[in-house]
Amino acid sequence: MNLTLRIWRQNNSDTPGQFVDYKADDISPDMSFLEMLDIVNEGLIKRGEEPIAFDHDCREGICGTCGMVINGTAHGPLGATTTCQLHMRHFRDGQSITIEPWRARPFPVIKDLVVDRSAFDRVIQAGGYISVRTGGTPDGNAIPIPKPDADLSMDAAACIGCGACVAACKNASAMLFVAAKASHLNILPQGKPEKDRRVLNMVRAMDEEGFGNCTVMGSCEAVCPKEISLDFISRMNRDYLKALWRNR
Amino acid sequence: MRLDAKIPSGPLAEKWSRHRNHIKLINPANKRKFDVIVVGSGLAGGSAAATLSELGYKVKCFCFQDSPRRAHSIAAQGGINAAKNYQNDGDSVYRLFYDTIKGGDFRAREANVYRLAEVSVNIIDQCVAQGVPFAREYSGYLANRSFGGAQVSRTFYARGQTGQQLLLGAYQALAKQIEAGGVKMYPRAEMLDLVMIDGNAKGIVVRDLVTGEISSHAADAVVLATGGYGNVFFLSTNAKGCNVTAIWRAYKRGALLANPCYTQIHPTCIPVSGDHQSKLTLMSESLRNDGRVWVPGNKGDHRAPGEIPKEERDYFLERKYPAYGNLAPRDISSRAAKEVCDEGRGVGPGGRGVYLDFADAIERLGLNMIRERYGNLFEMYERITGEDAYKAPMRIYPASHYTMGGLWVDYNLMSNVPGLYVIGEANFSDHGANRLGASALMQGLADGYFILPYTIGDYFATERPAKPSLDHPEFKKVEEEIARRTNKFLSIKGHRTVTEFHRELGKLMWDKCGMARNEAGLKEALERIPALRQEFWEDVNVLGDGNELNQSLEYAGRVADFMEFAELLVLDALTRDESCGAHFREEHQTPDGEAMRDDENFSYVAAWEYQGLDTRPILHKEPLVYEEVHLAQRSYK
Repeated sequence: MNLTLRIWRQNNSDTPGQFVDYKADDISPDMSFLEMLDIVNEGLIKRGEEPIAFDHDCREGICGTCGMVINGTAHGPLGATTTCQLHMRHFRDGQSITIEPWRARPFPVIKDLVVDRSAFDRVIQAGGYISVRTGGTPDGNAIPIPKPDADLSMDAAACIGCGACVAACKNASAMLFVAAKASHLNILPQGKPEKDRRVLNMVRAMDEEGFGNCTVMGSCEAVCPKEISLDFISRMNRDYLKALWRNR
Repeated sequence: MRLDAKIPSGPLAEKWSRHRNHIKLINPANKRKFDVIVVGSGLAGGSAAATLSELGYKVKCFCFQDSPRRAHSIAAQGGINAAKNYQNDGDSVYRLFYDTIKGGDFRAREANVYRLAEVSVNIIDQCVAQGVPFAREYSGYLANRSFGGAQVSRTFYARGQTGQQLLLGAYQALAKQIEAGGVKMYPRAEMLDLVMIDGNAKGIVVRDLVTGEISSHAADAVVLATGGYGNVFFLSTNAKGCNVTAIWRAYKRGALLANPCYTQIHPTCIPVSGDHQSKLTLMSESLRNDGRVWVPGNKGDHRAPGEIPKEERDYFLERKYPAYGNLAPRDISSRAAKEVCDEGRGVGPGGRGVYLDFADAIERLGLNMIRERYGNLFEMYERITGEDAYKAPMRIYPASHYTMGGLWVDYNLMSNVPGLYVIGEANFSDHGANRLGASALMQGLADGYFILPYTIGDYFATERPAKPSLDHPEFKKVEEEIARRTNKFLSIKGHRTVTEFHRELGKLMWDKCGMARNEAGLKEALERIPALRQEFWEDVNVLGDGNELNQSLEYAGRVADFMEFAELLVLDALTRDESCGAHFREEHQTPDGEAMRDDENFSYVAAWEYQGLDTRPILHKEPLVYEEVHLAQRSYK
């Protein structure tokens, strides 16, 4: 297949960027989206033009490194799929594809399609953990956890921290990301002692990073490659209110 | 040079506890006077950085990814082994130890492996306490599954994302310590060299991948947790960024590199779809619990799999290894798949594939049960191939996956270079010539949570290493070498891209030094690698600037190191004139095609010492002495 690509090029966060058009010819439908970009980049290098910078690593949908807005949708047209797992068979011959970086103030552009998502790390550092030290822990079977609770916790823990939820949100809200981590830990008995502290600190850190508020439109859930449910946001809001009340 | 593995005396089962009771300790108030650099933030590096910081050491942690949460440990799917015997099926520390030694084809160090099996139980407890959402039974207790090379059910798992959940546990422990001020984290920072002062590891030089700035960092000890070198084959299941640079640089500074020819080929990966292929995707080995592996019994049978009747199929693993069946170890399963494809019975495009069929399991357990166990893997398969594996069997083929070789370390996980520790996949120590499934996660966390934090204190207390200083001229010298190398890459302006060179090297390595190796092929590779390397340095084209994010430049540095490392890997494969585990020399096989070891001549760890790029490295042999186990031909029949 032959495609026309409109790709965002930007040297660094201090200089303005722009769209540049490229041709991608003889693309096989079995290629992944990133393999298609690899081929475009090989062509650019051959012509002496700098290749398009994009983040990627595992290329199997789990590390959360890749991510771009493809024709207006974070991670592209296929649901529950990261950019690296999107394959070209989901596009038509002759199609134009617009490719942009995540656009959100807390995620400044580093170069082309690469953005800085370190704000997510700082939110986790504010409380996205159980404060256990290494060693001295009880036997793994000492605390039975009902299977439905363990499963629900795992549903939340599946988040890969890619940032698509923020990119898709008109408010650049990180509520789905934060709620996923808070819920993963708050649902489990091991996470109970720090439940209030965790949710209060994580929400404060999220606000300080400049992420917007949640207006429950659900765009985040729609683009999430791991299908993290909006219900976790309601759960976090409940935990947050209870924590405020208990700590008033 | 005399290699001293520093294995403690006493009975095997007591070595580790005796060692722990006798090594020296550091007073809590003094620990903060020691700086430790940890390179890598995967299971080994992340857990080590967090734990060392909890103990009070001042830690700097570096990773090339944009966040420590993205290290490639995250991609491990199936599970983590531990000798908990929760299933009451006869498991024990001894059995896990023995399975690992046997799985490694008797080429691992006995004392290290026993310790690994011993601490495996602590790992599960630790991870549960951290909130890792392991799979549970309806009783609320932890669930287990079986894995290749074992006849007990000892693998703990979190759906098909066990590596992700364990890594997030370590990442969160690390985040806690970053918040507490105990760890300074440097993401998007790549270690480009090790700095040695008076024969000791005293720091590293890194490149900030965003600004291009080269900076030095001094420490009392340097810990490398930089993973494996599977990307030497270009196509592998490793993440694109995985590389050999950190351990290769350490090797060139005097650390010994051990057993590089032990590279594991994983049997269950999605086959190559075309020349554009940039990496291969693994389907968890856990699938072999319920999937049956087969090919058509007859050559050239191109019927759809559903149209081939059962009696015309060859379930070759069940046929050849009735005791272990589809759960035969990885090296054996991979070679068996290669063999049937070489016979012309492979399936799919190019005939390089075998079926992994769930039809019987779906009939026995129901679609829902299979969906619950492997749902995410089936989805992943469909995304990549466009095929529905609930309806037709998956097609799989072996791919480079894990590397058992790595920097040589003693029982304390310290290399021969004082102050340089190596943990996780980056060292050579625990898996011998072949790693069993669900043991990589176990080793990474064992090293990082429970072994290194003890042994590093002993080094500080006994050696009292001299305080490092950035003023030492060696730091400046190494920085300048790196700047020269960067300028060299940018000034060649040749005709070929880095990827083209990497592909060519990878294909050569896969053809001549992959699943099966022979003398003629290895010798040919030894001739061709230096020529390719020379061409690389004359004709590679790296655009852009060194003072900015430049992914081609990063990649060029990694491939340049692979070009040198590949030669050592092949030399090691040629020198090891026997077959063992994943290292299969065609000249050495039993009449029915199994690996034939030569214990008399090759029961040693091959540790190579660098002598300059154009000089043959010196081979040091650490004899493998077995006090407990009896060496036997590995049989899974």
